[in-house]
Order: sequence, then C-alpha cells, then structure tokens
Amino acid sequence: MMDRKDKFPSGILILSILVIVSLVLLFIRFIYGLGAATNLSDGRPWGFWIVFDDMCGVALAAGGFTLAGIVHICGREKYRSLYRPAILTAFLGYILVVLSLVVDLGQPWYMWHFFIYWNVDSPMFEVAVCAVLYTIVLALLFSPAVFERLEGLNFPVIKRIKWSILLKIVRRIEIPLIIAGIIISTLHQSALGSVLLLMPASLHPLWYTPVLPALFLISAIAVGPAMVIFETIISNRIFGHQLAQDVMSGLVRYIPYILGVYLCLKILDLIIAQELGLLFTAGHYSLLWWGEILIGVIIPLILLSIPTVRNIRMAVFWSSVLVVAGIIFNRFNVALFGLAMRSGYTYTPHWMEIAISVGLVADAMLVIWLAYRYLPVHTDEKTSIEA
Amino acid sequence: MSKAVLVDTVKCIGCRGCQVACKSWNGLPAEITSNTGSFENPPQLSAITFTRIKFNELQHKGKLHWVFTKVQCMHCQYPGCAEACLVGALLKSEEGPVVYDEKKCIGCRYCMVACPFSVPTFEWDEPLPWIRKCNFCFDRLSAGMEPACVKACPTDALIIGERDDLLAEARERIANSPDKYIDHIYGENEAGGTCWLYLSPVPFDELGFPSLSSTPVTVNTERAIGAVPPVVVTVAALMSAVYWIARRKKKLEQENHNQHNNGTKEKVTE
Repeated sequence: MMDRKDKFPSGILILSILVIVSLVLLFIRFIYGLGAATNLSDGRPWGFWIVFDDMCGVALAAGGFTLAGIVHICGREKYRSLYRPAILTAFLGYILVVLSLVVDLGQPWYMWHFFIYWNVDSPMFEVAVCAVLYTIVLALLFSPAVFERLEGLNFPVIKRIKWSILLKIVRRIEIPLIIAGIIISTLHQSALGSVLLLMPASLHPLWYTPVLPALFLISAIAVGPAMVIFETIISNRIFGHQLAQDVMSGLVRYIPYILGVYLCLKILDLIIAQELGLLFTAGHYSLLWWGEILIGVIIPLILLSIPTVRNIRMAVFWSSVLVVAGIIFNRFNVALFGLAMRSGYTYTPHWMEIAISVGLVADAMLVIWLAYRYLPVHTDEKTSIEA
Repeated sequence: MSKAVLVDTVKCIGCRGCQVACKSWNGLPAEITSNTGSFENPPQLSAITFTRIKFNELQHKGKLHWVFTKVQCMHCQYPGCAEACLVGALLKSEEGPVVYDEKKCIGCRYCMVACPFSVPTFEWDEPLPWIRKCNFCFDRLSAGMEPACVKACPTDALIIGERDDLLAEARERIANSPDKYIDHIYGENEAGGTCWLYLSPVPFDELGFPSLSSTPVTVNTERAIGAVPPVVVTVAALMSAVYWIARRKKKLEQENHNQHNNGTKEKVTE
C-alpha cells in the first residue's frame, strides 16, 4: 500500500493541474459565450467537443455492454474479472458525455427541457433518452462495488444503513438491468449514426449511407473488448495486478470476426451505392477513408487472427490500441472531416476546446484511480447471478 | 395549403430594401463589416442578419448576367431542422413557415448541421445564446400582413401567395418568356420542396444554390427511428434467449458433473 501511495503523486498532480486549468477555461466559456472559447462558427456548429467527447466517448464506453453481455448473458465466467472495470469505465464515460454536453450546449441549464418537450422523431431525442437511461443502469450495475465497501465501514451514519439489503435488491434485478442496458446501448450507439442521417447533402458519400446506424453499432461492439483490454493492461501496470493471459487472448479472439463483418458491410454498401470508385478518386477523402480502415480494421483484423499474436501481451495491447484509434479516426471522419462546412468558413479546434476536453478526461482518470484504490473493482467473487 | 414566396431574380434590382426591412421589423442591429470589393454586404447570414442579397456576376450562353439572389430560410416542406430538434423548438406550421420557439431550445445546434440550405445561425458571443433565423414574419402573417421583406420590395421581385398558385404563376412566366428564364423553379422539388421558390435566368448551381435531390433530407432518419421498436423487441428476445440457453447449459453441466461424481463415489464405496 505504502509504496503505491508514494509511486503515484506525480501522475495525480498532473491530472489535477489539467482539471484545474480546464475549470478556469470553463469559466471563460460560460461568461463570454461559446465564441470566446471555441473556433466554432455558423459554418461549423459542431466541432471537436461533439466528435471527441460524445461520438468517440460513447463508442469507447461500449466495453460496458459488451462485457456485461459476454459475462452475464452468455455466461462466460472466464471474463468476470473484467466486468466491473468495464462497467466502471463505461459509467464514467457516460458521465463525461453528459458533462461535455453541459459544456457544449448553448443553454445547458435548460437540458431538462427534453424531459417535457418531446420530439420523438428526432434522433437526438433518442440519443438523449438513451444517455440518461444508460447512465442510470450503469450506476446501478456498479453500485454493488460501492455497497460492498460501505458495508464494512464503521462510520456513524453509514453503519446504520443496511447496505446488504440494497445489495440484495440490486443483485435480484441485475440480469433484467443488464438486458435493459444492452437494449439501450444498441439504440444509443446506432442512434449516433442516425443523427448523421439528416445530413445527406453535407456528409461525404464515402461515409453517408442509410446503414450508418448499423455501422456505428458494429464498430462499437468491436471496440468494446479492445477498450477493456487497453484500460486493463494500463491499470494492471499501475496497480500491479496481472490479467491472465488466456483471459486476454480469449477476449480479443472475438474482435476479428466483428471487424470482418464491419468491413464487409462497409464495402458492400459502397458497391450497392455504386460509389466504390470514390475509394481512389475522392482525393484526401479517399486517404482519410483508407487511414481509418487500415488502422482500425484491416491491420488489427490480421494481427488478432494470428494465434501467436494473441498470446503476446504487448501485441494484444497494441492491436487493441489500433482498434481504439481506428474508431476515433472513423468518428472524426464521419462527424468532422467528411462533413462539409458552409462556404466561407474554416475550422481548426481552439486550444481551449482541446484543453477542456483533456480536463474532462483527466477528471475521469482521477475518479478511476480513486475507485481502484478504495473500491472492490477487481475482486468480484461475491457477485453471484443465481437469481 | 401553405403560404409561399416567389422570388423572381430577373425582376430583382439588388436594392436590398428587403434586407433593411427585415432588420427593422426584427429589431436587428447593423453588422460591422469591411469592404470586400462588392456591393454584397454582409457576407454571410448571421444571428443579426436573417436575410441578405447575394450579388452574382456571371456569364451564361455568352451573355453577362448580374443576378441578385435573396438568401433566407427556405421554409422546407420537410424541414431537416424540425426533424433534428430534440425538444421540438423548431416546428413546421400549417401555414408554411418553419417557426422557432426559444422557450424550448437548449442550444444543441443540431438544426444548424441538419439544414441543407445552411440557414440557422447561433449567437456565438452571447452567454445566453439562441438559434436565430428567418421565421417568415410569422407574427405579420398571423395578422394578415405580408412579410416585411415582401412588403418592402419595390419591383415585385418578391410576391407572396399560396404555394400552388405561385408555382402556376412561375410556370406561366417561364412559358411566356423562355428566353428570360431557365426552365427550373428552384424549391419546387428541392429537398422535397420549399416554401420559397426561385426563378432565374441562369442555372441555379452557378448562383451557389445547393444541388439537392427531390428526396426530403428526413427520409433515412425517419426510417431509422421507425426501426427502434422492432430493434428493442428483437434485442430483448435475443438476449433473454441467449441467457436462458447459457444458464440451462451450465445447469446440465453441473448435473452431469454431480452425477459423475456420485457415480465414482458409489463405485468406490462398492
């Protein structure tokens, strides 16, 4: 315990500084308006925040529902040790998404409006409803870790509360909750694709397709396990745990299949739309498309199909990094680079936009650090699903 | 029936009276701009400019044309912005105008991204910002008056009427002077049709009008949203089934295991 405590403050210090800087910048953003802190304009109303914090954030939180499905629905007990970390990072991911909306929305104090003014035809309404519901589901799914910890504490008020009863209730509804979570995630991931369906005129045909929602969902399912592996290997290094090799190589074994389906669907869609030629004739758009596909799909697909690669820790790690980088690349292509601007405008993210996003991520990393230190995140033996 | 405006760019003399009338009716301040070597000013729509005249100097069939095109909200028949708005702050009214209710807006700016005509604007430098755009002078229409810009137009380049009547009128003008107009009413079919219709002596893409198909921009989105209920049912059924099978399998394995254990035990005791 002690040496861990001593090992860490420099990292925590840096994270804390990033958070404080972002808080100062947020002050500027809220006092002087979005124009002062961003390079957003009428020509580019959605920029770095929407793409990185929301589009990428939600996709990278996909580890939650994929792991929940693998462990609790398909009954693969082998991966149980990854379940809670995955739920925790998904939960924090969603909190980040909501926080980033508070930053990005023009009038975040009216966010609650969508509870009373419904436009059920809007994909954004679907996105908002899913975000709220899934955040609640994830909080409930992670709550046993908190209750287990509180149960043992000897503080005045906390001692009085029967945490074991709450624990029992959550355990009782765990499976329905997980199934609900998977449904909501399916809708949420795909709805982010539906959001872009309203832009047939401005989204480049290399990315615009009616099956965009399906592509968003499939790529999220592929990146889920990759993100979990990525996070676990990093946290292992920091906290000194060691993830069993067969758990790791077993989990990434699924990824090539999903990436394969994704790639086929993407190519097939371009063939059906008779736009396959754009892969070579669309100038820098073609390059962006190939970049995204090579980095995030083709290379990891090949690497993770090789059994020897799956058994090398660092190879698995870097393959997962590629999948994660690929999906980030994809979301940037589809929601920023491939989306035409109004004529007469330019956009490069303001440094404050990036700094505020970095601050939000630093927030989450601090919380993860605290959770790993003080909550039973990795020990999940007590959880049983016999209902 | 929906109200519409016919813009005859052949009749427009570029006086920009409509721009000024719009500003004064909506109480919008002047823009501070710099001279760009053109009479065209301001260069873009903005939160304080709901309409402007674009000056186009171009050659068509060997003839020089100086065409003035009015830019404002097109008031689509199938508005992308209204489909986009999650709180329904933008609504297609029965009378035609697409109107905005800032009491509902949360400032997500999805409408701006979803507009195929690049129209809605945002108050970027306000701490309490709203979306701004032409609302077809809905207040004036309700009181039986013409929109401010139409009222101000000295050459009748802008006329208001029922959409069907104006389409008929536009067709008649094209038929009567095929040398003056190209045979295309912009807005008749673009993006499923708009309430602002344009006549022009030159092709519209040369004037910077977006070339849009006649399919409303909302079609694919509606399909995706329509798929939500079946997706919910399918995923729920699938997950329950997989869960049930996995549990059953585990149970059977457990029983097999127990039986096997019991068997060996019995053998030992025998």
